[in-house]
Amino acid sequence: MTTARPASLSASLPALPPPPAALRRLIARLPVHPPSLLLAAALNRTLRPRLPDDAAAALAGHTVEIEVRDFGVRLRLALRDGRFHSAPDHGPVTLRIAADAASYLRLLRGNDDADRLFFERALVMEGDTEYGLLLKNTLDAIGPLLHWPAPPR
Amino acid sequence: MSASTHAASPPPRKPRLVCPAGSLRALTLAIDAGADAVYMGLKDATNARNFAGLNFDLAQARDGIAYARSRGREVLMALNTFADARAPGRWFTAVDAAAGLGIDALICADTAVLAHARDHHPQLRLHLSVQASATTQEAIEFYRERYGIRRAVLPRVLTLSQVEQVCRHSTVEIEVFGFGSLCVMVEGRCALSSYATGQSPNTAGVCSPPSAVRWEDGAGGVSARLNGVLIDRYAPDEPRGYPTLCKGRFDVDGTRDYALEEPTSLNTLSLLPQLMDMGIAAIKIEGRQRSPAYVEQVTRVWRAAIDDCAAQPSRFAVQPEWTAALGRWAEGQQHTLGAYDRPWR
Repeated sequence: MTTARPASLSASLPALPPPPAALRRLIARLPVHPPSLLLAAALNRTLRPRLPDDAAAALAGHTVEIEVRDFGVRLRLALRDGRFHSAPDHGPVTLRIAADAASYLRLLRGNDDADRLFFERALVMEGDTEYGLLLKNTLDAIGPLLHWPAPPR
Repeated sequence: MSASTHAASPPPRKPRLVCPAGSLRALTLAIDAGADAVYMGLKDATNARNFAGLNFDLAQARDGIAYARSRGREVLMALNTFADARAPGRWFTAVDAAAGLGIDALICADTAVLAHARDHHPQLRLHLSVQASATTQEAIEFYRERYGIRRAVLPRVLTLSQVEQVCRHSTVEIEVFGFGSLCVMVEGRCALSSYATGQSPNTAGVCSPPSAVRWEDGAGGVSARLNGVLIDRYAPDEPRGYPTLCKGRFDVDGTRDYALEEPTSLNTLSLLPQLMDMGIAAIKIEGRQRSPAYVEQVTRVWRAAIDDCAAQPSRFAVQPEWTAALGRWAEGQQHTLGAYDRPWR
């Protein structure tokens, strides 16, 4: 017996209305540096203290590009000298990740599985697969980086 | 209990729920969600999910065992790859480490590893891994006589009636897979990944090692390559699966299709009453490579289903919300009863 898979369950997240297409196109043309700096600062507060030394060493020295598709935002980060930094706008990246904001939020809150999002093409990973897997497994082992909004009681 | 007594009247029992843990976080969530036992591996090639960033070092294993034990649950260690003839010592050292940790049972496939455990740690409970591919009562009995195994995990190649046959006559506990990604179903005997990459689950603990996998975005969609071999090409809106040779689509006699296996997930919820009636001792959930979120939610569904079935086996019905929840985590477009329900042998 084989059963068709049901549609995905709705995630218990607040709606995040993406910007209109014209604004998205404008955002996409903006430099990656300012949002990357913000994310690097956030990760240095939330992720870096929880990152095991061996994982930090293995992840260091590579540039990762993160695209928030529905917002047209693109960020580039690298872990160097023990801290996250904004990485240059151009040039090769080790890994490129693309997903919508809601998918990132679910992953950050520990509510979803990167493999599942990948199967459904809600998450795209390109580049060094081994590095991507190391990053995914490291983040999975650490647990949620975001606790907003609070889970329903 | 003698073998004949056991075979004559298998006691009705509630199968233990055995859940995957690729990390300490997954282990704690599985326990909290109701797993009776979790299975984990060390950070090396001694287990069949040897992926970067996954698995336990000794300190994490110690913490995980303490967490489980304080809640009355068990931790099993998968040490289920086949020892490398060039350096078998790593497997024996891992057995020693598991014994030192006080693991509740070791899941092994290699006879050399089983023999080491039997000879050096006679108190250690041994489970026969699915990778040993023991499909008959006679094969299982061989492992019991020689190595003292206490439980055998059946490969996913057997039909339900074959599982029943083994179960009714077995002198050791029987564990079956309940849910998770399926492979081509020749556990312990598959070398497809080695053919393309030189590494396979039995040799290196990895199927399609990530260093050999490339996803290439092109005009016609996304191509998945394994060491250069084109495994599949997905249209932009088409779901993907794990990039393994067995789940690739190939041109065979002019037709492009899944030549060996479709990417599907096993889901045997509907068989629970029958499995319990057979006296299955444990049901295993696949997925040490999956996220803690998967582990937690799949465990929660199976906990509810097993409890429900144990309370009223004759009135058991698969709840739609269980199917929906499990469907959400499945690989591929479908879930299936796999070989349990296959008309051919």
